[in-house]
Amino acid sequence: MTMNTQGRPSRPLHAHDAGAYQDTFSGSRGLDQAEPLIFERGRVDVTGVDFPETTGAPLRIGGLERTAEIGLPGLAEPETMRHYVRLSRKNYAIDLGLYPLGSCTMKHNPRLNEKMARLPGFGDIHPLQPQSTVQGALALIGELARWLMVLTNTPCVAMSPKAGAHGELCGMMAIRAALDARGETGRRRVLVPESAHGTNPATAVQCGFFCDEIPADATGRVDMTAFKAKLGPDVAAIMLTNPNTCGLFERDIKEIADLIHEAGGYFYCDGANFNAIVGRVRPGDLGIDAMHINLHKTFSTPHGGGGPGSGPTVFSDALAPFAPVPYVKRDGEGWVLVEHEADAQADGGQPFGRMVAFHGNMGMFTRALSYMMSHGSDGLRQAAEDAVLNANYILARLKHVMTPAFDGTCMHEALFDDRFLKGTGVTTLDFAKAMIDEGYHPMTMYFPLVVHGAMLIEPTETESKASLDRFCDTLEGLALAAQGGDAQRFTTAPRHAPAKRLDETRAARSPVLRWSPPAHTPQAAE
Amino acid sequence: MRYLPLTPEDRSAMLGAVGVPSIDALFADVPDAARLDGPVNLPRRATELEVERALSALASRNLSASAAPFFVGAGAYKHHVPATVDHLIQRSEFLTSYTPYQPEISQGTLQTLFEFQTQVALLTGTDVANASMYDGSTACAEAVLMACRVTKRQRAVLSGNLHPHYAEATRTLAKYMDIEIEAAAPVAGGLDALDAAIKDDVACLVVQNPDVFGQVHDLRPLAQAAHAKGVLLIAVFTEVVSLGLIESPGAMGADIVVGEGQSLGVGLQFGGPYVGLFACREDRNFIRNLPGRLAGETVDADGRRGFVLTLSTREQHIRRDKATSNICTNSGLMALAFTIHMTLLGEKGLRTLARLNHERACELADRLAALPGVQVLNSAFFNEITVRLPKPAAGVVEELAAKGILAGVPASRLFPGAGLDDLLILAATETNTHADLDALEAGLKEVL
Repeated sequence: MTMNTQGRPSRPLHAHDAGAYQDTFSGSRGLDQAEPLIFERGRVDVTGVDFPETTGAPLRIGGLERTAEIGLPGLAEPETMRHYVRLSRKNYAIDLGLYPLGSCTMKHNPRLNEKMARLPGFGDIHPLQPQSTVQGALALIGELARWLMVLTNTPCVAMSPKAGAHGELCGMMAIRAALDARGETGRRRVLVPESAHGTNPATAVQCGFFCDEIPADATGRVDMTAFKAKLGPDVAAIMLTNPNTCGLFERDIKEIADLIHEAGGYFYCDGANFNAIVGRVRPGDLGIDAMHINLHKTFSTPHGGGGPGSGPTVFSDALAPFAPVPYVKRDGEGWVLVEHEADAQADGGQPFGRMVAFHGNMGMFTRALSYMMSHGSDGLRQAAEDAVLNANYILARLKHVMTPAFDGTCMHEALFDDRFLKGTGVTTLDFAKAMIDEGYHPMTMYFPLVVHGAMLIEPTETESKASLDRFCDTLEGLALAAQGGDAQRFTTAPRHAPAKRLDETRAARSPVLRWSPPAHTPQAAE
Repeated sequence: MRYLPLTPEDRSAMLGAVGVPSIDALFADVPDAARLDGPVNLPRRATELEVERALSALASRNLSASAAPFFVGAGAYKHHVPATVDHLIQRSEFLTSYTPYQPEISQGTLQTLFEFQTQVALLTGTDVANASMYDGSTACAEAVLMACRVTKRQRAVLSGNLHPHYAEATRTLAKYMDIEIEAAAPVAGGLDALDAAIKDDVACLVVQNPDVFGQVHDLRPLAQAAHAKGVLLIAVFTEVVSLGLIESPGAMGADIVVGEGQSLGVGLQFGGPYVGLFACREDRNFIRNLPGRLAGETVDADGRRGFVLTLSTREQHIRRDKATSNICTNSGLMALAFTIHMTLLGEKGLRTLARLNHERACELADRLAALPGVQVLNSAFFNEITVRLPKPAAGVVEELAAKGILAGVPASRLFPGAGLDDLLILAATETNTHADLDALEAGLKEVL
């Protein structure tokens, strides 16, 4: 450590702490606490858990004892608490403010649902206990399945997919299995709109299909002429998000369903935006053959910083026989879990397989059912209406200063492009980062790909009018500032976040994906 | 409705601002035939108390693990999770945040993921780990796909002693990708002969350790045999606590190590959400082919250390149909629970926990071996064993369940029709008391 003429250290005492500031001795600033990695803080001989004595009896592990030090540091309980609480404070969260990530549906997560999932009868049961000892859990899965089938007007739902993309895989595998059962070996082309989520094409490829992009028309919807031209005997399916990723309802959806069916293909609907229409439209009435439902979006199970999700997938009569194992079914007064393909076949099914160990994300099922029962059929419908109203309110309030990507009203999310920033020197990215300085999480940026510099804003139904007004005032202020020549406010943003802009190029060019002990070079100059 | 802040006055004012006469106008694009005029036929809204009553009634119909002498394992294990873990994962900032796409306001999640990745790499004896998969079985399936990409071979050999759910999830994922899966019959207490299957058109050999019957194996000879033919060894574990006592799969030569992290921090939850661990050795080709998210270290504009999601050109949101996997959401919150529990334990605590588990299992094995007609099949085990009973295990388990004892998993539930009807798989952990063992022993004496 060198000193300057004032006798102050020229860099903080704890420069290695993540995000350590240079101008304080501690590296922290007030409530913004610098925090090192546990590998720099903990020790391998420290533990925060008390255990009874071990007996030291001889091991029976075939002489395969792990003798070398693993290098896993431990912390005492108070230190552990502080480490993670400090880190938590560097995150934005729904509970902190409006989180307008389009397509991600960041709505309030009721804590009742957390409490229900933690009841010992749900949280503390083993997936392979005798079925006689888990009848309540099987009944819960059956009840949630019933709600999902009624809300979608479909005859079957596979509950085991672990997330949205996993549900897509479930749906597309059923389509592949149905085609195989028909002996259709030539149908491998899947039509995917260019506005689709990246998971759609990635999923199709995992089922042995290849993708053919359908362009959007001038209104942001499927270009029907292009779609019709692409239909043919090699088409397996269309994967269509509805409402689509531009936040628009596909008006021609019934015709799309009819045409794909006439052409011998299936209709996969990406249900990521089901929250916009739940209780008002049943996708089964639109002619879909399969659709996953993100319980972590529409039914508000927490996103948890990147999961867990849950992606139950509903099927039409045409695909129902191919649904994967396991599934629950009624058996007199009770419930049985059908776990094996042979048992499903005895039931008349032709399951394409098993997607996952055990029965799906039960913890998310409990939360989702708790949410759905709380709303009821009337509340769910109201939630969809409020989500759509809130998005349209934002669109209406901002269309004078920002540029909506398409004319007219929207569904649950409002899509803007970057025309209003033209000539300002401010990009969509800069604009998003400036929102951070205003205390907001940015909207989804640069998606969907069909819109230049896209900004996709999804407020959800759990925002009040006052909250929306504050948000719109802020965005209006920012748009006017950009147009008024204050580019610096944007290009240097964020200035008030726990970190400044991160160097993502450096991270990708020379990846550091884990902590490593510092090289043992003497630091005599320090 | 308590979760909806808009008042009727707000709604009409907002409709006015939007310039439409009613909410129906905003749904005008919906085809007439598909428009619902009123709520669907499901119950109306319910108060918090009503929901709590209804769901508690369902919960009370289940026998929870803590309410019984409990020996069920086979891929999910009952361990004590410190109260701190559940408190911390319910912090709003962790629970109600999204995937950390905006790193400036997501450093909490990103740093914990970086720590998680490092812990997983250390535990598995590998170099690099990703930010989690859905669970162990999907991690296993994705590892096989990765091995095929890396070796440019389209064949995988699965040990017959791999958890059958893992094998089935792998077969399902490989089914439409022209990957051939070969697997032998299970051998309780031993290992199916794999040497003959290791050929130079095979991408990977998948072996679970300890295996589904609890048997512990030395992976080194298999690694050598595999590597001699350019075959990758994928080591799978379902009980991560075993890594606190047994030599790491990486040190025994595994190229990719995948498994279930449920034992630390997560709890039983009737099978999910769990957390898939995915790790491999450092190799450019491997890292380019990893599925899932990766957190990496970098600096911010002021030169301060920070973390970001990185190498996303592997992923679906960038590469679309060329992505290494379609995975998007993973198991972030469960990864957080895992890493907090691991931090509380530290190496010292993990080693003690592992030893306690092993000692309980040794006691279980000795007690069962002493029962007439009961044979313990494992020569080496960690916290799980398989015994041969003098009659079908499924009936025994049902009879004991009726007495309030959850005795384990009949092998026939996992391998129906495989002739393993008399085998029972039992796990013992630090949560088992001597009284539990007494109850199991007494119960077995009655029903056998």
